[in-house]
Amino acid sequence: MSPSLEIIFLASLVALTCALPGVFLVLRRISLMSDAISHAILLGIVLAFFLTKSLSSPLLVAGATLAGVLTVTITEVLIKTQKVKKDTAIGLVFPFLFSIGVILLNKYAGSIHLDAECILFGEIAFAPFNRLVIQNMDLGPIGIWLVGGIFLLNLAFILVFYKELKLATFDPALAAALGFSPVILHYALMSLVSVTAVGAFEHVGSILVVALIIAPPAAAYLLTERLSSMLILSAVIGVTAAISGYWLAYILDANIAGSMATMCGVIFFVIFIFAPDRGWLARKFFQKFNQWNFAKDILTVHLLQAEITHADRQEQVVGHMTDHMLWSPDFTDEVIGRCLDDGLILQEGEKLLLTDYGREKAKISFIKG
Amino acid sequence: MIEQLIQHILNDHTLQTVTLGALILGITAGALGAFAVLREQSLLGDAISHATLPGVGLAFLLTQDKSPLTLLIGAGIAGWLGTICVKVITQTTRINKDAALGLVLSVFFGFGLVIITIVQKLPTATKAGLDKFLFGNAATLLKEDVHTMIVLSMIVLTLLILFWKEFKLLTFDGDFFKAQGFPFHFFDILLTTLIVSAIILGLQTVGVVLMSAMLVAPAAAARQWTDRMSVMVILASVVGAISCVSGALTSSMATNIPTGPVITVYLSLAVIISLFFAPHRGLVWDWFRIFKQRGAIASATILQNLLILSESHSDPYHPHDAAVLKTLGSNAFNRTLTKLVREGLIKQYPDNRLSLTPLGLEKARQISLELSEEKGT
Repeated sequence: MSPSLEIIFLASLVALTCALPGVFLVLRRISLMSDAISHAILLGIVLAFFLTKSLSSPLLVAGATLAGVLTVTITEVLIKTQKVKKDTAIGLVFPFLFSIGVILLNKYAGSIHLDAECILFGEIAFAPFNRLVIQNMDLGPIGIWLVGGIFLLNLAFILVFYKELKLATFDPALAAALGFSPVILHYALMSLVSVTAVGAFEHVGSILVVALIIAPPAAAYLLTERLSSMLILSAVIGVTAAISGYWLAYILDANIAGSMATMCGVIFFVIFIFAPDRGWLARKFFQKFNQWNFAKDILTVHLLQAEITHADRQEQVVGHMTDHMLWSPDFTDEVIGRCLDDGLILQEGEKLLLTDYGREKAKISFIKG
Repeated sequence: MIEQLIQHILNDHTLQTVTLGALILGITAGALGAFAVLREQSLLGDAISHATLPGVGLAFLLTQDKSPLTLLIGAGIAGWLGTICVKVITQTTRINKDAALGLVLSVFFGFGLVIITIVQKLPTATKAGLDKFLFGNAATLLKEDVHTMIVLSMIVLTLLILFWKEFKLLTFDGDFFKAQGFPFHFFDILLTTLIVSAIILGLQTVGVVLMSAMLVAPAAAARQWTDRMSVMVILASVVGAISCVSGALTSSMATNIPTGPVITVYLSLAVIISLFFAPHRGLVWDWFRIFKQRGAIASATILQNLLILSESHSDPYHPHDAAVLKTLGSNAFNRTLTKLVREGLIKQYPDNRLSLTPLGLEKARQISLELSEEKGT
């Protein structure tokens, strides 16, 4: 593979890996835990680096994952003391751990290629240079193998515990009653997020991981009601953002990870506007649709009542509707026009008469109302 | 040591500028942070501060002007837009606040990085210019920057004092605030704007990544010491100012340490100390209270049991076997017993039998009276 293809492949793999646990974070309303974890793993990475003196040791992944889980634990202990609220607790713990990591890094690790920029930007563009070579065989970038492994782990976890995750997400009380420990499942998920963040960290940086974890599932959430389709859609959206992000970065000559996050935002925005049922346009359309339907019901029922009571024929005159309903003349004309189009009423000069069809419809809406 | 430091600051104009800037930032961010924390908007600060990054970059890209005012205005607009995005997403979709905050935070930040990498490739840009907005670098504060900060913080603090009552009511009882006929949305937006202003004040010193700690931590620390809003705001300002000044000085005088993380560590220490040692609310206080209560319950249990035994006997001071009492149960039996003997409530015989003393009998009856009264109510 050419280096640029390798980068695109790796970027897609990272996006895919992040989107899977992200679905459960968004559904369980703990999305910002990913923010806390992705920051706190830096301390784990730095400490493990001081111990092992190597950047590619598996201990590094273990240490960082541990730091992620530790952050979640400390945050939850802090919440339990009831001294601070949940959001404050999150906002206190991870900046502290992250800061210690940054200071240690700046102070003692000046020579290695981990620096502040790398922490925030990620260096996916350098991934092809760091290759896995076994017995003179070039097996491609190490990053692809590492992230690929984490992807398989995530996939396996979700496939094996699909039912448990689904139940614990949508009905935690029932899950607990049936004997699945919500706490164990929660921490398993948090460990998964930590491992994912560690794998993605090197390539997209600690903050943009959050975009890849949250944005695709959030967008998918606007498109579907089913957990399985939400997982698939999130994966598709994540990969789309990764590939289009790469090209955006190529065109602008800008940071790849940043462009991927930007494309996540763009895709979310497009779905936010155009989603079939929950999008902004659809909602506006339904609002209007309902408004006209309601107005048509009102008009026909009103005419029906006038027919039944044989009241003053005044009721059936166009101008009367304006006074009686407090509708503006334009609005009245529009409603009458729509009723005429639908064959609900007939107009004879100034008088409005129900058709047979309109009478039936009016009776139905009257009963329903 | 401290004398030397003060001497150093007095002689060094750069350090004076840094100290002044940090002081202003600490006071303003501390005061506004108190509102953010009480309104449960702790993480909104995180989202806003990250969201300001593209504003900084775009302001520079469009105007080619690196004056602090231009960049801060850009940051302010972007931060504001981020807030609105969070509001619109949470109000019009089923995506919850947590996810909306994370989405805005990371996407805006990513877009900011794109802009910054573009800016850095311009021939006019020096690399150091925008980098400091990530982790902050107090040492790069210029007189001009501090002047901008002073003016901005004066406006923010004046508005805060002017609308103190409104903001307080809004924070604690928004519904009542609305019912009283105050324009809720106006003050809601005004307060959010002030929080955004406090955030952009700190961009250069603390950086976008850790600015949220500057809002949250002083308030969280101050909250432990008081239940009064006014005291909390002042305490938060003090904590913010002390941590911010010491952090800025530490990082300015050491080499190769960005300011934001140092300030965050100092702030966190203040929070940890407050969480443990604040009177009444502190964890140590809690533990002491629990310990004392356990002791009181253990003593009461032994006295009660002994009273029951003694009431079955014609002589209320008749000694009973300690083993019987132990079987009847009590926490930390031996320690509690020693304490009761020392207090003269129980008399211990050499053959390990126990009896109530007259004082102990009175005390035991009193406790059982209190208990039955409690049951009655």
